[in-house]
Amino acid sequence: MGETLGLLAGGLAQAFEPINFTMIIIGCVLGLLVGAMPGLGSVNGVAILLPITFLVPPTAAIIFLAAIYYGAMYGGAISSITLGIPGASTAVATVFDGRPLAQAGKADKALTAAAMASFIGGTISVVLFTLFAPPLAEFALKFGPAEEFALMVLAFATFIGLGGDDIPKTIFSILIGLVLATIGLDIISGQPRLIFFDVSGFLHGINFLVLAIGIYGIGEMLWTLEQTKGEVTVHNVKLSMKEIIKDIKDVKEYIGTTTLGSVLGYFVGTLPAAGATPASLMSYGLAKTFSKQPETFGKGNVSGVAAPEAANNAASTGSMLPMITLGIPGSPTTAILLGGMIIWGLRPGPLLFTEHPEFVWGLIGSLYVANLATLIINLMFIPVFVKILTLPFTILAPTIYILCVVGGYAPTQTMHDVWLMFLFGVVGYLLRKLNYPVAPAVLAIVLGPLAERSLRQSLLSSQGDPMIFLERPISLICILIAVALVLVPVFQKMKRKRKAEQSGQES
Amino acid sequence: MTVRTAEFVMAIVLSLCSIALMIKSAELNIGWIEGRGPGSGAWPFWLATGMLICCLWTLLRWFRRVTPESRNTNLYMSHQTMVIVGTSAGAILFLLAATHWIGLYASLVFFLLFYLKYVGRHTWVLTIALTIGIPVFIFCLFEWALKIPLPKAITEPLFYPIYDLMYS
Amino acid sequence: MTVFTSKLKKIAIPAIVALVSTGIFAGAAQAAWSPKKPVEFIIMAGTGGGADQIARLLQGLIEKKGLSPRPFIPINKPGGSGGEALRYLKDKAGDDHVVMVTLNSFYTTPIIQKGLGVDPTTFTPIGRMALDTFLLWVNSDQKGITDLDSYVKAVKSAGKNWKVGGTGSGQEDSILTAMMEKEFGYEVTYIPFPGGGTVAKNLIGKHIDSTVNNPAEQNEFYRAGKSKPLVQFTGERMAAYPDIPTAKELGVDIEYYMQRSINGPPGMSKEAQEWYINLFKTLYESEEWQKFCVDDGLDCTEWVAGDDLRAFHAEQITRHTDLINSVGAAAITGE
Repeated sequence: MGETLGLLAGGLAQAFEPINFTMIIIGCVLGLLVGAMPGLGSVNGVAILLPITFLVPPTAAIIFLAAIYYGAMYGGAISSITLGIPGASTAVATVFDGRPLAQAGKADKALTAAAMASFIGGTISVVLFTLFAPPLAEFALKFGPAEEFALMVLAFATFIGLGGDDIPKTIFSILIGLVLATIGLDIISGQPRLIFFDVSGFLHGINFLVLAIGIYGIGEMLWTLEQTKGEVTVHNVKLSMKEIIKDIKDVKEYIGTTTLGSVLGYFVGTLPAAGATPASLMSYGLAKTFSKQPETFGKGNVSGVAAPEAANNAASTGSMLPMITLGIPGSPTTAILLGGMIIWGLRPGPLLFTEHPEFVWGLIGSLYVANLATLIINLMFIPVFVKILTLPFTILAPTIYILCVVGGYAPTQTMHDVWLMFLFGVVGYLLRKLNYPVAPAVLAIVLGPLAERSLRQSLLSSQGDPMIFLERPISLICILIAVALVLVPVFQKMKRKRKAEQSGQES
Repeated sequence: MTVRTAEFVMAIVLSLCSIALMIKSAELNIGWIEGRGPGSGAWPFWLATGMLICCLWTLLRWFRRVTPESRNTNLYMSHQTMVIVGTSAGAILFLLAATHWIGLYASLVFFLLFYLKYVGRHTWVLTIALTIGIPVFIFCLFEWALKIPLPKAITEPLFYPIYDLMYS
Repeated sequence: MTVFTSKLKKIAIPAIVALVSTGIFAGAAQAAWSPKKPVEFIIMAGTGGGADQIARLLQGLIEKKGLSPRPFIPINKPGGSGGEALRYLKDKAGDDHVVMVTLNSFYTTPIIQKGLGVDPTTFTPIGRMALDTFLLWVNSDQKGITDLDSYVKAVKSAGKNWKVGGTGSGQEDSILTAMMEKEFGYEVTYIPFPGGGTVAKNLIGKHIDSTVNNPAEQNEFYRAGKSKPLVQFTGERMAAYPDIPTAKELGVDIEYYMQRSINGPPGMSKEAQEWYINLFKTLYESEEWQKFCVDDGLDCTEWVAGDDLRAFHAEQITRHTDLINSVGAAAITGE
């Protein structure tokens, strides 16, 4: 224990060495900017800057990349809140409440909540990492396909109630998201699926970003245009240092959900297959389920911004664990970090902790410093980001369209995806006019592939026997929690109904 | 077209899409393979079946006038909406189509000119500043900082001198 | 001063080269080609995998050593087991600014996905950077399994309950698994996972019983004593595994490699091809690359380029067609 703390102190000291500290600051700013662009995320920042890191020592290099990673995680929330477009799958849940808050002129409140929650998430996860890394790595190994599937069931259960009031339309939205997710190669059979008209662009499947940018970028913009008849009012934001300090003090409103989200995010993040996206969605779902006013979620509840942001930051630290101890990346970004480590001659694996402790703890120490640095930089930038919302609509709208187009192009670099994005945007707008909820489709396309794959892997290994999910303890527990989560809102509704009836009788 | 009609038409169109997805999925094995679990087409096929059922359910609710949309006799798309939304959608459509031909940067110039001057009625100074500024910013960010080349189509040779400057 | 002149040179040379190659001296411009714009470096697999690591290492080395006047930009096109990348490269015919890092799906994907319409022999071969090797691994807790014989016995008694993990139906390891099934006359359950790292984790977590993995993906677990190799599918024993017998030594005729090579689109100009061959040869011979090969258990003893590589590809395609036909495509996809 004392030894671990000593190592962490060493790591923190390392982070403050001039070269490393400079790397942290540059990395955080770069990450923040890249993350704030819709369609671009930490993957882009890390991948592009990887060769540059050959010029500095490996520890400084990985610190640089980790700072970009962290900065981008914060940045994702900025585009979710100010533009209403999730810049990365990890920031989808942030849109649900961040966008309504920004439209109500409370962008500063949302941005501060996101920054504070990210910081708390990062802090809690670094503490958990320091205390429980080895036992958690053991636990992560216990997660096979059956457990992964049970976790997906749990994730779907947490966001029951995210849809609208129209049940058939909500289910339709979930299902179409799941079907769109199956386009591309089926890894179980090795066959291409649903390649419409033999267009080769479908072979890589439908990237989550294509659907999310289409629906939230283009679709949302068209919707706003219609609602305001083109006469969009400028959001009046008065912003002084006092306001920001007041916003920071509001942290007590959401500290509970944030802590819960951080712990949850960290654990989900450590599981190799899961990563930050399901973590943030589950955290949002739980915050809503256990909130005293679940009906305010989706309409601008600060906890709805804080919960997913805390979880995704905690999970991004968590996903370092399988990478460092098992050599398995928890996300595409960690995959590239992993590539970088290998190039520098550092072999991630069970022995890394014992053979290169200075590297591991230097990384953890710098993660923590990066977390703090990003918080400060982010808070300083908030007035700038809020200014974006005061731009005249005829300037903001074309800029957002352009960002959507280049953001849709960047991940796969094909025009095919940009056309699809446009199509999803227009169709999403038309459906939304008829009260079809679109958020469930976006969530389903993220979790769908994981769910299908783990289901079929489990059934393969049990030779078609579905009892496998109930026979394995961890998977059984997840499924039981999922059932409970579905029942809680039903139970609450009944209770409320009975209460209403009682008070009705009394009066 | 009223909202009520639109609800009906949309449900029909989505049902047809669901059927098309079912047919496409049925090219693969949609059954249960003994000892292996579902075949590769099963997941999309049965989900698409679920979509079809949801559409039929919506249609049923439409006949019974349960949903607010099925009772709403306002126009689905007012003339004004059509103009506002159509202009935006049309401009993006042009932007994408032109990208295939003259590349993204040149298309951006036309797109911005149209949007800022014709739709926004901004001053020429602002219009020209943004028409040049935004593509330059995009170029610096994507090509230079992030090294993601954006499509340039026939305008590619115009960029060779810039590459010379950038990479020397 | 010297820095300044070298900088001047750096500007001047590409500018002249650009002028030359744009056709002013078209006739005389034999070997003076160099890229005029950033080169697309296509990876026919996802981020983080073996091919991706190689591409990013090569890109980094090109940048570090200043070998190219324009950067190489890695683009992942993992769709359809590399089908999308192959189709993309085919559509780029005649383009001198695209090259691709391949793995064996370069051969197998066009064979298995009949509708793809891609013939890999039409691509412009540049150079073979390495041959990747395969070993058979089990969890170290399988005390009863010490060699190939005890392994085969264990698999036979478990039958379909024996779970073999791999990176996807139609991928190299699934072909090797099918070859072993045929050779030893047993049947196992093959479970695909996304990526060799995940397979390794599932082996250590005992969610699968055995796997055919590259050394790079298992080496750390081996060193930590969590997994053990039983047999290697190489011609001769690798330096890293001196005590593990090859399949051939045990009288089992299975030898299988995965090539990691660089190829351009069909109809790339001769000058460009030559330029790329020189570039990758320099990289191949670099100290960094050779060290990477040793560390990762890659075979980098022979440089094969240009027409020799085309001949190698042709031979491999025939071999893979035979392999897939003999085990049956159904045995690989399972449907």
